[in-house]
Amino acid sequence: MGLDIRWPIGLMFTIIGALLAIDGALVKSDHAISLGININLIWGIVLLIFGVFMLMGAVKGGKNPPAA
Amino acid sequence: MQPIQLQWIDYTILLAYVAFVIGIGWALSRYMKTSSDFLTSARSIPTWVTGLAFISANLGALELVGMAASGAKYGISTAHFYWVGAIPAMIFLAVFMMPFYYGSKARSVPEYLKMRFDERVRALNSIAFAVMTVFASGISINALAKLLTNLLPWQFNLNFGPVHLGSYDSYLWICSGVVLIYVLKGGLTSAIYTEVLQFFMIVLGFAPVVYLGMKDVGGWHAMNHSLQAVAVDPSALYLKDAGISYASNAWTSAWTPVLAGPAHNPMGVDWFAMIFGLGFVLSFGYWCTNFLVVQRAMAAKNMTAARNTPLVAAVPKMFFPFLVIVPGMIAAALMSMPDKHYRIPPPIVAQANYDAAIAAVKSANPADLAAATTAIHTALGTKVDDKRLASLIMAEAGGKLSDTEIKQGLYNSIAENDYDSVILSLVKKYCPAGLLGLALTALLASFMSGMAGNVTAFNTVFTYDLYQAYFAPGKSDRHYFITGKVITVLGIILSIACAYFAKQYNNAMDIIQLVFGFVNAPLFATFLLGMFWKRTTGTGAFIGLFCGIGSSALFHALTIAQGNVPGVKGGYLGVHQTFPSEMAQNFWLAAFAFIVCFTFTLVISLATARTKTDAELKGLVYSLTPKIVDNNQPWFRRPAVVGVILLVVCIILNVIFW
Repeated sequence: MGLDIRWPIGLMFTIIGALLAIDGALVKSDHAISLGININLIWGIVLLIFGVFMLMGAVKGGKNPPAA
Repeated sequence: MQPIQLQWIDYTILLAYVAFVIGIGWALSRYMKTSSDFLTSARSIPTWVTGLAFISANLGALELVGMAASGAKYGISTAHFYWVGAIPAMIFLAVFMMPFYYGSKARSVPEYLKMRFDERVRALNSIAFAVMTVFASGISINALAKLLTNLLPWQFNLNFGPVHLGSYDSYLWICSGVVLIYVLKGGLTSAIYTEVLQFFMIVLGFAPVVYLGMKDVGGWHAMNHSLQAVAVDPSALYLKDAGISYASNAWTSAWTPVLAGPAHNPMGVDWFAMIFGLGFVLSFGYWCTNFLVVQRAMAAKNMTAARNTPLVAAVPKMFFPFLVIVPGMIAAALMSMPDKHYRIPPPIVAQANYDAAIAAVKSANPADLAAATTAIHTALGTKVDDKRLASLIMAEAGGKLSDTEIKQGLYNSIAENDYDSVILSLVKKYCPAGLLGLALTALLASFMSGMAGNVTAFNTVFTYDLYQAYFAPGKSDRHYFITGKVITVLGIILSIACAYFAKQYNNAMDIIQLVFGFVNAPLFATFLLGMFWKRTTGTGAFIGLFCGIGSSALFHALTIAQGNVPGVKGGYLGVHQTFPSEMAQNFWLAAFAFIVCFTFTLVISLATARTKTDAELKGLVYSLTPKIVDNNQPWFRRPAVVGVILLVVCIILNVIFW
């Protein structure tokens, strides 16, 4: 309805994913690490991919507007 | 639960979420032109969105918290609430009932009832629903405000003249304010969009927690192995009282302990109550008639989309046990592993009680442990682990401990578990800053979404089924559009009032939940007969429903669960039947109410004249509606085909965890 939901979802997860990934990458101490895994970095990248995937869907949806 | 320290990244994620939901509302507001846009999304939403919103409206934060709690208390049997108690009903709704809801062009479930029966049945259903949904909204936002008050380190103490706003008040009003903004601007569509957002946040926010917990516990088999020991002696983890023991598969097998009888599974239920009470009556009663979820399917863009919505929702629903129940099982397994130093958090004890208990420890006489233990138990107000208290007293006698050390020792000796804090304790344990913010924001999102979903459902029912039907019929659409906005504000204010009520009167909340159970139990009988038997009359339906509700209340008044005292838990008119657990009592109550409603509706329908002709019932009753032909659709868009496939997958899951 008007706004394609993939825009806000894609945008939000791209931002959050980037935040987590950057935080994980800049780790100086055990801060982003849990059980020996740099979970912020790994999961941040996963979220980033998800967000971008959503945005790509939104862009594609914008090119083919559904019949009203 | 001690407050969590949040870092800037956690706050950023939280604020990002708030900004996005308000932004969604704002962006949608320009498309809100008619009351239909605002209250029913004008039937324009794609299937995957309505499907995820459908499941999200149901997946409240209370479910997240509650399922983890049940996972710890009952193990994998909790999955019955999903595999028996949801999937079959969702498939039934999709294949058999959506054609009537969507095809009738009813704008709400009560409106369908009016079309099928008459105004009395509509009035009964819409009033009951309006009240229930506003209370549900209040319960949701109350739980959120309480959680934030306990969790976040900020303390509010604001004074506006005579009005004092503490932390709880501030969180309550701020969160309600955010929900008000985006629902007021974007209506049902806002609620649906944020529900989908919430879905992804919950899955993506909690999946890492489950992964890390699984890794910590040593993997699925290691967890099951520990749970086998737990099942044999649950009192070691304070899960049950001493002396109770189950077969080793009680926590890891879903069906065998249930089939063995109520004494052999921690839930205390028998298979008949499980299948008929939960699997049929309660499950179908909720999924097939509750407007909160059905509204999302009704917002779909066409009939096929509407029928596919519950099926799309069933896919994640089937696999949710691995996301929400398994954490509880992990917690129980961890607690049984001494080297993990984890325990399920004990209930919160007031500082004053701790002070009294600390004093009791200091003045304890090591030679008379029994008296000392009793004194400490009275001071704390909870059950205590005698062995741990004994070593604490000995340690204190041996060399004076600091107050903090004594308090820690007391904390570790409380022999009760606060199961509702399981999920949060795991989040605290495994999430570094960042991931922590995501998980907490997911939790916050689902509480707020619980309020938004309920307010939008309330809004539609109030505006169309109460206001337009009884108070102000025949006005312009603009009038109802503005009414919708006003009722949104009213809904939020009523929710806040209910939240305060819930906060104040814990017992009253139990009573209200009870009443909702009474109303829901017989409902499906009415719909079943209404949709599949053209002979059902309005009088039959009304009296049947009324008697069904009454019989629920009566059943409750005459039965009790083992270990409960007569009162709000039942049995206050005399105990004629005792059930092994509250859950069993609930399931049997549902079964009873269904049978009563069904019987009365059937008999009275036969005794009264029909008020609607076959032509008027076309599209509302199965035998009078042309069958929908799906043959020109690909197999994955044919509801019957997809429904069967999902059922098979569900059965396979049941077999795997037999």
